[in-house]
Amino acid sequence: MSKKRTGVFVCHCGTNIAATVDVAKVAREMSGEDTVAFTQEYVYMCSEPGQESVVQSIKDNKLDSIVVTCCSPNLHEKTFRDNAQRAGINNFTCEIANIREQCSWVHADKAKGTEKAIKISRSVVRRVNRNLPMDAVKVAVTRRAMVIGGGIAGIQAALDIANAGIEVILVEKQATIGGRMLQLSETFPTLDCSQCVLSPKMVEVNRHPNIRLMTYSEVKEVAGSVGNFRVKVHKRSSFVDPDKCKICDHCTEVCPVVVPNEYELGLTSRRAIYIPYAQAIPASFTLDEDACLGLNPIRCGKCKDVCEAGAIDYDMRPVTTTEEVGAIVVATGFDLYGPENMPELGGGRVEDVLDGLQFERLISASGATKGHILRPSDHKEPKDVVFIQCAGSRDPAKHCAYCSKICCMYTAKHARLYKKHVPDGRAYVFYIDIRSGGKGYEEFVQRTMEDDDTLYLRGRVSKLYRKGGKVRVMGTDTLTGQNVEIDADMVVLALAMTPSKGTMEIAKTLKIGRDKDGFLAEAHPKLRPVESVTGGIYLAGAAQAPKDIPETVAQAGAAAAKVIALLSQATLSRSPLIAKVRRSHCTGCGMCVEACPFIAIRLEGGKAVVNEALCEGCGSCSATCLRAAIDVKNVTQMQIHEMIEACLA
Amino acid sequence: MSDQQPYEPKIVAFLCKWCSSAGSDLAGVSRIQYPANATPITVPCTGAVSPMYIMSAFNKGADGVLVSGCHIGDCHYLEGNYLARRKMYLIMKLLEFIGVEQNRFRMSWVSAAEGAKFAQVITDFVGDLRPLGPQDKLKRAEIK
Repeated sequence: MSKKRTGVFVCHCGTNIAATVDVAKVAREMSGEDTVAFTQEYVYMCSEPGQESVVQSIKDNKLDSIVVTCCSPNLHEKTFRDNAQRAGINNFTCEIANIREQCSWVHADKAKGTEKAIKISRSVVRRVNRNLPMDAVKVAVTRRAMVIGGGIAGIQAALDIANAGIEVILVEKQATIGGRMLQLSETFPTLDCSQCVLSPKMVEVNRHPNIRLMTYSEVKEVAGSVGNFRVKVHKRSSFVDPDKCKICDHCTEVCPVVVPNEYELGLTSRRAIYIPYAQAIPASFTLDEDACLGLNPIRCGKCKDVCEAGAIDYDMRPVTTTEEVGAIVVATGFDLYGPENMPELGGGRVEDVLDGLQFERLISASGATKGHILRPSDHKEPKDVVFIQCAGSRDPAKHCAYCSKICCMYTAKHARLYKKHVPDGRAYVFYIDIRSGGKGYEEFVQRTMEDDDTLYLRGRVSKLYRKGGKVRVMGTDTLTGQNVEIDADMVVLALAMTPSKGTMEIAKTLKIGRDKDGFLAEAHPKLRPVESVTGGIYLAGAAQAPKDIPETVAQAGAAAAKVIALLSQATLSRSPLIAKVRRSHCTGCGMCVEACPFIAIRLEGGKAVVNEALCEGCGSCSATCLRAAIDVKNVTQMQIHEMIEACLA
Repeated sequence: MSDQQPYEPKIVAFLCKWCSSAGSDLAGVSRIQYPANATPITVPCTGAVSPMYIMSAFNKGADGVLVSGCHIGDCHYLEGNYLARRKMYLIMKLLEFIGVEQNRFRMSWVSAAEGAKFAQVITDFVGDLRPLGPQDKLKRAEIK
């Protein structure tokens, strides 16, 4: 093999790199490398003139490989590999040395930073010496998408994808789609009825020829990769045939079992056989297996006896199916921060202290009180209501450090709706700051304060407890510097939004990352906000971060657009950096076969053989091989040893 | 008193591409400062880190070696970090057997969201290596 002609391009990144790394020295040191034929530094290598100069330099100097020392490969690896290709060399002969995120930004000492930048750059130059030109592997794409979570985010994403003519499987854990939005009464800032906006979309999902709805179902396992996922979906048994169920309600009239109603957040009860919501989709009753006396006509069987449609089947069994999809949208939503974590706010045990969602059910026309605001303890109309914002949010010492974003707005909405229902009532809001960014949002809050005469108190609540049939709220008003005590009839906590339990589970199943607060992590906070780090898996809604309905719908649409773009391609390029066996060295011991997590290696004629369609390129095989007979292409053991050497030179 | 530079341990840090390398990127984006002693080598997965790499690094003069990957259960390649954990445990035993201080080798789990943790891991490692002084047990002799 003739000697490599490598070009090294050192980026200043303005002063982002140049301030703490002596870029000229890095370039100088690299030009001393045996295989480096050309070096250049430039203020912004990723700018148009920078990229042009890379292309021109490759051509002018007959370079056969390049190293760009700049920011993280997550940002510009593709940019410069495309440039390499444009200049007529193979894109896999281009590598990035990360001297910004891993060096200049974290080391203020210029001498030490420069020394480290040189080591990083040199190690990548050594690596590229042995990089082989390669062509991306083309794989066929399964033109079908899966959306996990049937709230507003999932519904919107499913509809958008389906309307583009692509088949969608919508998987929902509950017995109906609709999610959290279904529980809301009215929505800010327009005060339009939440269910009136959502129900038509739910019906559309149910009727759409391209959408297959799987409710009462959960994703259990995922295999494969972008373009070709295989997803195991477990459908729990509802014991009611939705096609036969006439939703006549006779079964609930006879069911003897009473349990708290989750949809009403425990404010009312339901029977063991129930419909979660009057306009549930699919429109069918569901038999709660855990609550039922035993799915046995001898023990009870009352519901089966009265069902004229013959829809109830105690022998219905759960079904697990494997679905093949090309892309996945995760829209698994949020839960509220547990009030039990906040003893200072009653710990969830003080009567007439509700959370925001319970209050939504209380004022909802479809709720337990048919829209009349009656406090739970004695069913009397509350005349003094205290709303407490940031309950659990913005409190890094004890609770969640982040701002839950929607609470300022929904508290203002709650106060207004309360005043509408109880015009002679008094509403108090404890707040830290009012964050009402958004179209028409600030005006909405101002109207709450001025037109609806709500008393906003800037300060935190330190304690609340039950006293004489009321809830005593002790707080401060930091604007007057006085302590405030209010004897309230009812208290509403704007609890922090947290990722739902299902979000945490699905993140494990799909192997997608979560951020420090547990929300799903996006691939890049600014430039790739709806993609997960894993190719082909996209994010929508409050599972990614607290957000309101308009933002959720926008993000779901964006995720759908990404899915449509992906699945509109006939084939996808797959990374060719997969394992390769050196047959002359292989002894057929089979250690790599054992180590491979993807069952991509088998023994054939006493030698290991890699199934290129299954190999993901993790390298577990090469680390296991005693004779270095199996390697991941362009990350070979030889390359790593030479990189180690460069790091320690 | 001498005015010579204080001893700076040399560390090779094998970071998996999906979690720890991304975590180190986050430390950068967040501008969290940490000592410049560790030079990162990004690998697809900690499961791809051959025990030979560890020995090779010590052989070439590393004072400490770090292997950092996704949290157990979160491996992008399903079980690569489980394989790594087993191998690295054996390496620890081997190093102990041949008399290399245990503190010279470290494994950590740093996710893409844990920039601050990454900085802490490096800071702690450098702090623990300083009192040990240069590693010469496994370092190959200079051939002149």
